[in-house]
Amino acid sequence: MELNQLTIHALQEKIRSGKTTAVEIVQSVFQRIDAVEKDVNAYIVLTREAALEEAARADAAIRKGDIRTLTGIPIALKDLLCTRGITTTCASRILHNFVPPYDATVVEKLRDAGAVFTGKTNMDEFAMGSSTETSGFGITRNPWDLKRIPGGSSGGSAAAVAADECIAAIGSDTGGSIRQPAALCGVVGMKPTYGRVSRYGLVAFASSLDQIGPFSKDVEDCAILMNVIAGYDPRESTSVPAEVPDYRQYLARGIDGWTVGIPKEYFIEGIDPEVMTAVRKAIAVIEGLGAKCIEISLPHTAYCLAVYYIVAPAEASSNLARYDGVKYGFRSPDGRDLLDMYKKSRSAGFGAEVKRRIMLGTYVLSSGYYDAYYKKASQVRALIKRDFDEAFKQCNVILTPTTPTPAFRIGEKTDDPLQMYLSDIFTISTNLAGIPGISVPCGFTQGGLPIGVQFLAGHFEEAKLIQIAAAYEINANLEKRRPTL
Amino acid sequence: MKITKDEVSHVAHLARLEFTDAEADIFTSQLNNILLYMEMLNRVDTTGVAPMTHAVAQQNAFRDDIVQPSLSRDDTLANAPDARGDFFRVPKVIE
Repeated sequence: MELNQLTIHALQEKIRSGKTTAVEIVQSVFQRIDAVEKDVNAYIVLTREAALEEAARADAAIRKGDIRTLTGIPIALKDLLCTRGITTTCASRILHNFVPPYDATVVEKLRDAGAVFTGKTNMDEFAMGSSTETSGFGITRNPWDLKRIPGGSSGGSAAAVAADECIAAIGSDTGGSIRQPAALCGVVGMKPTYGRVSRYGLVAFASSLDQIGPFSKDVEDCAILMNVIAGYDPRESTSVPAEVPDYRQYLARGIDGWTVGIPKEYFIEGIDPEVMTAVRKAIAVIEGLGAKCIEISLPHTAYCLAVYYIVAPAEASSNLARYDGVKYGFRSPDGRDLLDMYKKSRSAGFGAEVKRRIMLGTYVLSSGYYDAYYKKASQVRALIKRDFDEAFKQCNVILTPTTPTPAFRIGEKTDDPLQMYLSDIFTISTNLAGIPGISVPCGFTQGGLPIGVQFLAGHFEEAKLIQIAAAYEINANLEKRRPTL
Repeated sequence: MKITKDEVSHVAHLARLEFTDAEADIFTSQLNNILLYMEMLNRVDTTGVAPMTHAVAQQNAFRDDIVQPSLSRDDTLANAPDARGDFFRVPKVIE
């Protein structure tokens, strides 16, 4: 196997035993990038020279015995995480030239743990989308079928991991933007609890929903990355000072005696039959591990999408008011006066989906409509969270499909925003309730497209997700496949 | 119709956006579809339910009022489309 195909923990072994070096690993990853990036287009920016310098420094540290959790491991960052001195565009023309003067907290933490950064990955513009087709810098293709989308909004991060263009990646998840592309690209993706990972330096989309999380090639790597990025940050007022367990301790504990909830509202008509079959098989594997699977109900599930598409655009319309052509980013040269400059800069700088959501959000917050939309949605949101609170009284974790279908074709849903929104139907509730979720590969369609199963747990119970996902992964006996690129 | 083309133009102004006539037609139709979908929320009885604005119950995060290092003026102005001296420059505000 090529070094670029290995996991973090396998590479750590090789580094510790002196069988390889950080420079060799980084070179292997960039060789792979050179071979497949023209087809996949997972990255907006590659930082090859900096990565090779960092790798050389890592090797010097290794020789001195300084081997950290991620020493010499090439990691890709979604292009909405601020990186000092490296453009951070959010895949938007309005930020095409923005060079942050500081690093996001997760970037600092990964760097301190020894990680080497390969570049910034493509995404839907400002993380608004489910297919990475709204990027202002071209689409990303699914490594398993180049005619299909990788999912979104963190499609570049998911595709980069699936195509071995990095060892692991970081993304963000506001309504499924880590778990949905992870499922569609056949990798592991976790959305931690709201408040678990600092968002300092994450460009904001919907502040009551956004959360940063890892993409990886297996569950152990997910645990390793969570150990690095989780934790309280005094610079981030919504980060929670809760103790962070060592997630690796939960990899081999099994789930004997657990109760797993299967919400009937997530097994409905309209789900692709092959997805249904694969998820049913996953339930059988879970039962074989000594867990009892029981039917549960999350009665307000049908309302999640409507709530989300009020709350998220409302918050986005406020967050994106800052892009006005004054402090950073694109300014239209055609503004006659200040107001005209604002309008022309924003209209030329934002893409259609971002404008649609700003419009929707501005409308639902506007005078006369606030109670009918935003207040009503926030009340139903409370009921959605209550559903989960009740459910977790009956079960340790919840199991659902991650997505209703496998990866769809490029262009298939771009003309109908509502159809596009429906591809997040199983992931959105997690963000509304603020709970953690993980997507793990659970098989392939006849046509060779990956399928994901999702596990959900209560607030700050990521360890349970690692525990069940690792137990499932080891015992599922899935065929080992790689995309043919 | 949940939202008219005139309302779309008004909301666009509030959001500091401007559209061509053709764009405004598309947005009006798409926003109508989305807002019609949201009508389903009226089926939910929310009498007496407190709105949920944050996922995790958190109080205000206070810190001691101690001066700490922050971005330098040069770093702050480095990304400005137009700056002069210590200031961001913008087009004329007052006639």
